[in-house]
Amino acid sequence: MTALLTIIVLLLVAIAIWQMTKIFELSQVGTENSQIANDKDNKINGYLMFGFLIFIYLLTIYSFWEWGDVLLGTPASKHGPEYDSLMHISMALIFFVQIVTQALLYFFAYKYRGQKGKKALFYADNDKLEFIWTIIPVIVLAGLILYGLFTWTSLMDIDEEEGDPIIIELYAQQFNWKARYAGADNVLGKANVRLIDINKNNVLGIDETDPYGQDDVVSQTELHLPVGRKIIFKMRSQDVLHSAYMPHFRAQMNCVPGMITQFSFTPTITTEEMRMDPGIAEKVQHINKIRAKRRANGDDNADPWEFDYVLLCNKICGPSHYNMQMKIVVETQEEFDAWMKEQDTFKKTIAAAE
Amino acid sequence: MSATAAQGHSEGHAHDHGHHHKETFITKYIFSQDHKMISKQYLITGLIMGVLGIAMSLLFRMQIAWPGESFKIFEVLLGKWAPEGVMDPNIYLALVTIHGTIMVFFVLTQGLSGTFSNLLIPLQIGARDMASGFMNMISYWMFFLSSVIMVLSLFVEAGPAAAGWTIYPPLSALPQAMGGSGMGMTLWLVSMAIFIASSLLGSLNYVVTVINLRTKGMSMTRLPLTIWAFFVTAIIGIVSFPVLLSAALLLIMDRSFGTSFFLSDIFIQGEVLHYQGGSPVLFEHLFWFLGHPEVYIVLLPALGITSEIIATNSRKPIFGYRAMVASILAIAFLSTIVWGHHMFISGMNPFLGSVFTFTTLLIAIPSAVKAFNYITTLWKGNLQLNPAMLFSIGLVSTFITGGLTGIILGDSALDINVHDTYFVVAHFHLVMGISALYGMFAGIYHWFPKMFGRMLNKNLGYIHFWITAICAYGVFFPMHFVGMAGVPRRYYTNTNFPMFDDLTNIQVVMTVFALIAGLAQLIFAWNFIHSIFYGKKAPQNPWNSNTIEWTTPVEHIHGNWPGEIPEVHRWAYDYSKTNEDGEYVIPGQDFVPQTLPLQENEEELNH
Repeated sequence: MTALLTIIVLLLVAIAIWQMTKIFELSQVGTENSQIANDKDNKINGYLMFGFLIFIYLLTIYSFWEWGDVLLGTPASKHGPEYDSLMHISMALIFFVQIVTQALLYFFAYKYRGQKGKKALFYADNDKLEFIWTIIPVIVLAGLILYGLFTWTSLMDIDEEEGDPIIIELYAQQFNWKARYAGADNVLGKANVRLIDINKNNVLGIDETDPYGQDDVVSQTELHLPVGRKIIFKMRSQDVLHSAYMPHFRAQMNCVPGMITQFSFTPTITTEEMRMDPGIAEKVQHINKIRAKRRANGDDNADPWEFDYVLLCNKICGPSHYNMQMKIVVETQEEFDAWMKEQDTFKKTIAAAE
Repeated sequence: MSATAAQGHSEGHAHDHGHHHKETFITKYIFSQDHKMISKQYLITGLIMGVLGIAMSLLFRMQIAWPGESFKIFEVLLGKWAPEGVMDPNIYLALVTIHGTIMVFFVLTQGLSGTFSNLLIPLQIGARDMASGFMNMISYWMFFLSSVIMVLSLFVEAGPAAAGWTIYPPLSALPQAMGGSGMGMTLWLVSMAIFIASSLLGSLNYVVTVINLRTKGMSMTRLPLTIWAFFVTAIIGIVSFPVLLSAALLLIMDRSFGTSFFLSDIFIQGEVLHYQGGSPVLFEHLFWFLGHPEVYIVLLPALGITSEIIATNSRKPIFGYRAMVASILAIAFLSTIVWGHHMFISGMNPFLGSVFTFTTLLIAIPSAVKAFNYITTLWKGNLQLNPAMLFSIGLVSTFITGGLTGIILGDSALDINVHDTYFVVAHFHLVMGISALYGMFAGIYHWFPKMFGRMLNKNLGYIHFWITAICAYGVFFPMHFVGMAGVPRRYYTNTNFPMFDDLTNIQVVMTVFALIAGLAQLIFAWNFIHSIFYGKKAPQNPWNSNTIEWTTPVEHIHGNWPGEIPEVHRWAYDYSKTNEDGEYVIPGQDFVPQTLPLQENEEELNH
């Protein structure tokens, strides 16, 4: 069906092109054929320039109207709103500049389309004008740079002493994620890929002799986070570059083999609460409608969807890069503690393997 | 001083060049040392690579829009990589990788710069040929060789390189990590090493030629902006390409000789590798030290070409010539100190992120100046909307649209959530991909008469432009939304994340636009090939241009000018210049060629 539709579309386009060529050719009858634009070409293309300006505006409006709701929605971390407001300000600015400059560009192209005998204005320089449009970007950008740098500094300021953080290691490998919690002492045990021992179920290469590592907890399926608690992620990778991308929290950091990278944020909305968020609820409803349609067609991968936070890999890491994910569950401290209790500590896992 | 010396030399050359006309087919068309022939060789090689690169993008766009769907064309073109017509994830990544490599390096670096630097530098500065014709020839043939190796790498058993065009190790270093990192990656590296050598030979030649071989009267401030752009581009290339070569060499050593420059602590396929102490982040630094200037190596020649074409076709001087030169220089300088904005979340020190944010956003200033100057050049002009002019205006438009989103990506804080998403893909395709392609097309439409002595069909040119322009926005504007929704790039399919289900229709829209755009290029291809043989014969100066390449005869001759090299008396932009009485400097003609001495009662501008 799709193939047929594609072929039809392509055929129609080909016919349209053929017809357009004919129109252009016919409109040339009786004029000299120098292949250099004449008044008629200038006129047609001048009008088309104006039409194109309208096309860009319509495309912008249509995109917002049709796809404005696909975006990520309410940020779920403490720094998220800060991030979003910087984004909104920057966006407002670039849309303003975009609308004005494109209008000038295409309007001039239309207004001053050539005519035989018309005189162009010899206008080579104007220091004042150039000064103005150098200094305005300078001032605006200075503001943006400063605002951006303040936000960046506050985002990347990772202080382990302050705010009672939980330390969690995100461990990346082709093609899945694992999470290691620092346990009761909140200190991660030493680890290195050279210590990996699959037989003993020590998949993260935790140093068995390090006392700090004994109470560490490894989760291979889900990443649980308590709401309202500062979390410091320490990222590690065992094979190639990966990137831990948690779009709902406005968080991302690469995982680099041979190195520990870090990122910190405080989740503010539990998974349950986020499902109630009007924007998210609407999105889920919309997507479930799409999935219902697919189900009706008998496609697989069409079960109803329930919103969950997700951790994606966002650095090309191999053939299955597109499916390297982990579910994130943000819950209350009590729920988190209860979940934690069910997990085996590293000491227990090792003992069980032996 | 040096210009005069060169002049003397060239004249001596002019006297004896009439004697050696015994050219065989091989010396004329294959191992030619004539810059005009070499430029055509670059153009045609670049265009063929372009066809490959664009075709690949159409294939993977189809996979993204209709994931897992079976297409006959996949089976035909991809063979074992598309069992029963369903694309394999490995070949998807390979297509993405090779598309990027071909378009950035082979089409938009050597295809664009190689073609027009070679054609225009000698012709517009008034030189008989490049400083070293032989080196020029070697440069082209190394480019050809690297193209051949790159194409050959597509046929390797385990698949071509597939680690993304940025080939970050360890993925690109370990055949265990993906099939494409074996022989395919080896060939990729060999091809790129040869490519870099080719590019350096070319760039050195351009720089030397511009500095030494300018004709009498052609001071630096009388150079057309095209030459300024090519000149500065060549300098950036000389500064940054060797760094990529070193990165490639170190990577080759890591891959083949067991060193650990970029690798450390790796456990893969059940075994620990011996690598210890290297850092992938180091590779990222080395790569982007070239990679970012590369963006401007691609873009500046396009901007130079556009400056020339917009001025000529507006029948007006380019507005703010000195500011344009200054912004080219500023962009070139800044381009070498902003590479870190590709690495905000690579794990490098956040303080460095702050520094790179600062330098990156500074680039917006000269870019804004350029955009405003283009717009002002159009103001009160008498615009001759030739196809080349349309593409130039299109370039300014996409340069603005794509450039503005750079303000988001260049801001380290904002980059966190859009890094490596489709937002980035949309940004750089508009600002450097589409813009530079427009610049290339503009150049081809404008200088086709100079290259082949015939005109391209303008009506086909118009259709080519309008379809391309609509489709370019149709593909890349909606793509920003996909990126803002958090979809990572280089995903074989997005169906594993229900949260991306509502984006499927955007993907289909983009792919349909891409397919139409791809088809529209066939119009150009036909026009190009047909016009080489059957196009209308070109007059000597079809666009009524001031620059001196149009004073050469239509038929190409060795040494460019039959007699002496013309002397230059003014800058290149005396369009529609009038005397105090309101009459054109040359009555009845709205342009004053550079070769014309200052007229009586003409006011001299300070150029």
